Amino acid sequence: MDFLQATGSAFTDGLAYLGSLATLAGRAAYFTFIGPFQGKPLRLRRAIGQAMETGVRALPILSLITFFIGLILALQAAYELRRFGAMSYVASAVALSMTRELGPLITAVIVIGRSGSAFAAELGTMKVTEEIDALETMAINPVSFLVAPKFMAMVLMLPCLTIWANFMGILGGSLFGVLQADFTFQRYITASLDALFLRDVVTGLIKSFMFGITITAVGCHEGLATGGGAEQVGRSTTRAVVMSIFLVILVDLVFTMLFYFLGEH
Amino acid sequence: MPKQFERSNEEQVPDGPMISLRDLRVSYDGREILHGINFDVQRGETLVILGGSGSGKSTLLRTLVGLEIPSSGEVWIRGKNFVAISDAERDEIRKKLGMSFQGGALFGSMTVGENVALPLREHTKLEEPTVEIMVRLKLDQVGLSGFEDFLPSQLSGGMKKRAAVARALAMDPEILFFDEPSAGLDPIIAAGIDQLILELKKAFHMTIIVVTHELASAFLIADRMVLINKGDLVASGTVAEMQNSKHPRVRQFLDRVPEPAVAQELDYLQMLTEPSSKAGEGRQGKSR
Repeated sequence: MDFLQATGSAFTDGLAYLGSLATLAGRAAYFTFIGPFQGKPLRLRRAIGQAMETGVRALPILSLITFFIGLILALQAAYELRRFGAMSYVASAVALSMTRELGPLITAVIVIGRSGSAFAAELGTMKVTEEIDALETMAINPVSFLVAPKFMAMVLMLPCLTIWANFMGILGGSLFGVLQADFTFQRYITASLDALFLRDVVTGLIKSFMFGITITAVGCHEGLATGGGAEQVGRSTTRAVVMSIFLVILVDLVFTMLFYFLGEH
Repeated sequence: MPKQFERSNEEQVPDGPMISLRDLRVSYDGREILHGINFDVQRGETLVILGGSGSGKSTLLRTLVGLEIPSSGEVWIRGKNFVAISDAERDEIRKKLGMSFQGGALFGSMTVGENVALPLREHTKLEEPTVEIMVRLKLDQVGLSGFEDFLPSQLSGGMKKRAAVARALAMDPEILFFDEPSAGLDPIIAAGIDQLILELKKAFHMTIIVVTHELASAFLIADRMVLINKGDLVASGTVAEMQNSKHPRVRQFLDRVPEPAVAQELDYLQMLTEPSSKAGEGRQGKSR
């Protein structure tokens, strides 16, 4: 009985959490897409600043990591493929797994580490130092002022970063292809592009768009839910990272299943 | 509907009190913090809300600016029930309020000038040069001219408070709220903040609400005081009335008499310094 009760309340807590994330994301989306048409300010300058921070400044580390991931994928694929003398399939294996799955996912994980945590820490600190309260007393909506620009930056930058990550992954794979699998660079790239359908790229980008919403909602929600004290900011940040990774994987699963069943027909 | 309100609350016509609390109750997680507070604040009056730590005075202030939602009761500000109006209406009233938070609550990523300019940029259509002049004017009022381009982290505690006051003044508010204006400041800087409050009161005839437990500062700036104890309003009156009050809580607060429990702790400390005391042994165990 206790077990059932515990399971039940954990389930309802989980649903309530998802509900509050959806509410926050919805309000941020309102201030991004609808608010500007109702005379509410579109905070483009703040959004551009956020896009620089979450997008452009993530490029070096993202490039390096996804290049390595591409190389690792090529090595792992070749490990099996070489037994069948099918080394020429390395390019397509890398291209497909990068664009469909690892590109969006690795990008999301890096962005969670860099920006999701930063959102939670920033908003958490602002909560603790009463800056959020100050915004409210000045009749400035904290979601419009703080969350919406982050939301805008994320849903724009995460797909862009994902495209870049896909490209760098393929580049990483090509290093192996050229050195070990008798490809020329041009042939490797051509083989990669031939293996890809537009659908592969687009499903990856749709996922990354959803990841962007998830990461912003979790990071900002955790930040805004911070209690008093510096210690709480640390806990919010940790929770933001753990919950974001979990939810990104969950969203990934849901969408991958969706695309799988849609693709059947 | 508004007419009905006006009839039942005649004092709510524009020349009535600026702020009126009616049986205000606030709860956190089912625990009631404020148990039915009633008081009025007249236009141009400086009200000091006194109370010890945990008395609920900060909650009261937060409720007045709409940061806490009361579980019951009414908060009338400028003739409107702050509790029962729409968010848009509440925001309209908030533009007439200025709040100086305990730690300043300046935005760390913006310069002092940008902090002060923020409400102007958000709520007015003033041209940028006008905003800049307004910012300089407000900073001048609080004695911070020339600090526009400083970041809050580059300011001292007293200067941060002043900058926060400048930001609160940006929209020329009718009511100004201060949360512990002299907390964490040395006596000289704190006296400077008191002076600033007095100047604002004199120059702009603003209605000012100050939450504090600093008695010296309270007596200096207050027209009227209320004392909050454990969520109840125990006394209210002018400075003279409070000073002559016979109310035990008021006397305890003003004469700085420690709580009995605290007094026992003090006994215990005394006993530690006099180890020969027999009673000390029993108490020592209890205290642990």
